[in-house]
Amino acid sequence: MISLSPKDLPAANLSADQLEQGHSLWRDAWHRLRKNKLALCGGILLLVLGLSCGLAPFFAQSYYENNLELTYAEPGVAHWFGTDQLGRDLLARVLYGGRISIMVGLVASFVALAIGVSYGAIAGFFGGKADMVMMRIVDILYALPFTIFVILLMVFLKDPMQVFDSWLGQHGMKQAQGVGKIILLFATIGAVEWLTMARIVRAQIMSVKKMEFIEAARSLGYSRSRIIFRHMVPNILGPVIVYTTLTIPSVMLLEAFLSFLGLGVDDPMSSWGKLIKDGSEKMEEYWWLLVFPGAIFSLTLFSLNFLGDGLRDALDVRTSKD
Amino acid sequence: MLRFIARRFLETIPVLFVIITATFFMIRFVPGGPFTAEKAVPPEIQRNLNAYYHLDDPLWKQYRDYVWDIFPKKFRPQELAHGLDLKAAFGMDFRPSFKYANRTVNEIIADKLPVSLELGVLSLAVALIVGLPLGVLAAVKRNSWIDYLCSSVSMVGICVPTFVLGPILVLIFAIHLGWFNASGWYEPIDRVLPAATLGCVYAAYIARLTRGGMLEVLGQDYIRTARAKGASETRVIFKHALRGGLLPVVAFLGPAIAGIMTGSFVIETIFQIPGLGREFVNSAFNRDYNLVLGTVLLYAILIIVLNLVVDVVQVWLNPKLKFE
Repeated sequence: MISLSPKDLPAANLSADQLEQGHSLWRDAWHRLRKNKLALCGGILLLVLGLSCGLAPFFAQSYYENNLELTYAEPGVAHWFGTDQLGRDLLARVLYGGRISIMVGLVASFVALAIGVSYGAIAGFFGGKADMVMMRIVDILYALPFTIFVILLMVFLKDPMQVFDSWLGQHGMKQAQGVGKIILLFATIGAVEWLTMARIVRAQIMSVKKMEFIEAARSLGYSRSRIIFRHMVPNILGPVIVYTTLTIPSVMLLEAFLSFLGLGVDDPMSSWGKLIKDGSEKMEEYWWLLVFPGAIFSLTLFSLNFLGDGLRDALDVRTSKD
Repeated sequence: MLRFIARRFLETIPVLFVIITATFFMIRFVPGGPFTAEKAVPPEIQRNLNAYYHLDDPLWKQYRDYVWDIFPKKFRPQELAHGLDLKAAFGMDFRPSFKYANRTVNEIIADKLPVSLELGVLSLAVALIVGLPLGVLAAVKRNSWIDYLCSSVSMVGICVPTFVLGPILVLIFAIHLGWFNASGWYEPIDRVLPAATLGCVYAAYIARLTRGGMLEVLGQDYIRTARAKGASETRVIFKHALRGGLLPVVAFLGPAIAGIMTGSFVIETIFQIPGLGREFVNSAFNRDYNLVLGTVLLYAILIIVLNLVVDVVQVWLNPKLKFE
């Protein structure tokens, strides 16, 4: 009896260059994405916004230093976005606020991604009874009024987090004040946003599992882990990436929503939601306090949504947001 | 159909039970109570307060008694005609509020819920009245400037959050133009800005979904058949295409209703509307246990029941779904 091993197959004799001839999914996707002007603009805008927020400590003015001689300065040359009630530069506050908002957006989405992908992959891979029970749980969780629970958690866990903060202060981490609140934001938002990701990943794993190339890989005698990580995961990465880019704006929106209700980060820190809240209280006389943070926040959401839509079209994934 | 409704209805009971249990134990287990925030009260008064609110009972007893109190014990919906008294109509007693002396949670709900419901219904109406025509128009005039305009407008609606849009509308229409009051909920005209703000986001989503749904339907054979029969374009669109094209919109109504309810927390804060949403957020800040539990349960019931209604409508429009 002749045993066939992968290296006996004709394809195995081709050099790596020859194998790379075909267009990969990613190269196709990149070509399509480049044609989509809106998505490209969104991507560039995000890059600019992200860089200016990230590099704010190197060029922006102080976001916490009061300047009581210059309160409520109108937007001008010295202060592009004007100043607030304590004379703090609004541009600096928007950039520093962006650091928090973007960080919450990224980390909470990552938390959601991690929970969603592992849950969905387990349910999809094992199938059967386990899958049925796990997905029924997701269905039930979907029906819960989650925003309400996030609000309750943020209110009720505020005091324990202050204890945590003062513990940090006593142990020489004074600059880490307010971290407790941010961790709380990551955890609560991440714990809410994973449901759709779990559904998407499960559906993808289920459909990939039945495909012929998986059977082929199995018949070639590849190990189970190799099949999962070399063959299954790269093929579900597209939808996961698309959905993650669409999760980030909804996470940032939820963070801003909480901040607007007074449940976000505390002074002197700022986030976009908090700046919008403060601005809306003073907008009658000082319009810039509302308009600039609101515009930057909306612009970011725009870019993320356009980029997400563009990626979805580019990767040709049929997933709906809800 | 009846069996479908009955099954879905039975499924909601354990869900509500889980919600009330989770909320109950969550607020009991976190440190800090409703009376710790204020200046320390003498121990006797504290004891009396605890006794009045049954906080001195063992936890399991508190839980059992609470669940029994809020459990619907009768069914007389006709009582609702005299006012929104859940105790008279269903025998659900949400107990006294911790924060407002001499007021029960039932009274607060009866007071505030109609306001929030009115806001919600008006917002949903705005969303449908604006969203549907925009979506149909965009689909019919596909790839024309009208389509692009509609799509851009709906993208703006999706990306400008309500808490940015609301204050900006106030700034323009109330403060600069003076057409409306900046806040309050007294005259019918006070409803315009809040409902427009809250409805706008959902109008945008509905326009997108309608466009997508219509485009898919308009390409199908039965539409060609209708055209071949000589039906007018208006008839094709409104009689034949719209019913199928609306399916994604109906599916979206469930999440939209939940979103409008939670969105009202922010809208009621911006426009100073005396509704249940603002009351819920305040009750959480005040640790008004009974009010938190009552409002959470009420919101959960509303969301679940309305979702059930949406599901039934969906199955009615598209019987294929029953078997999935």
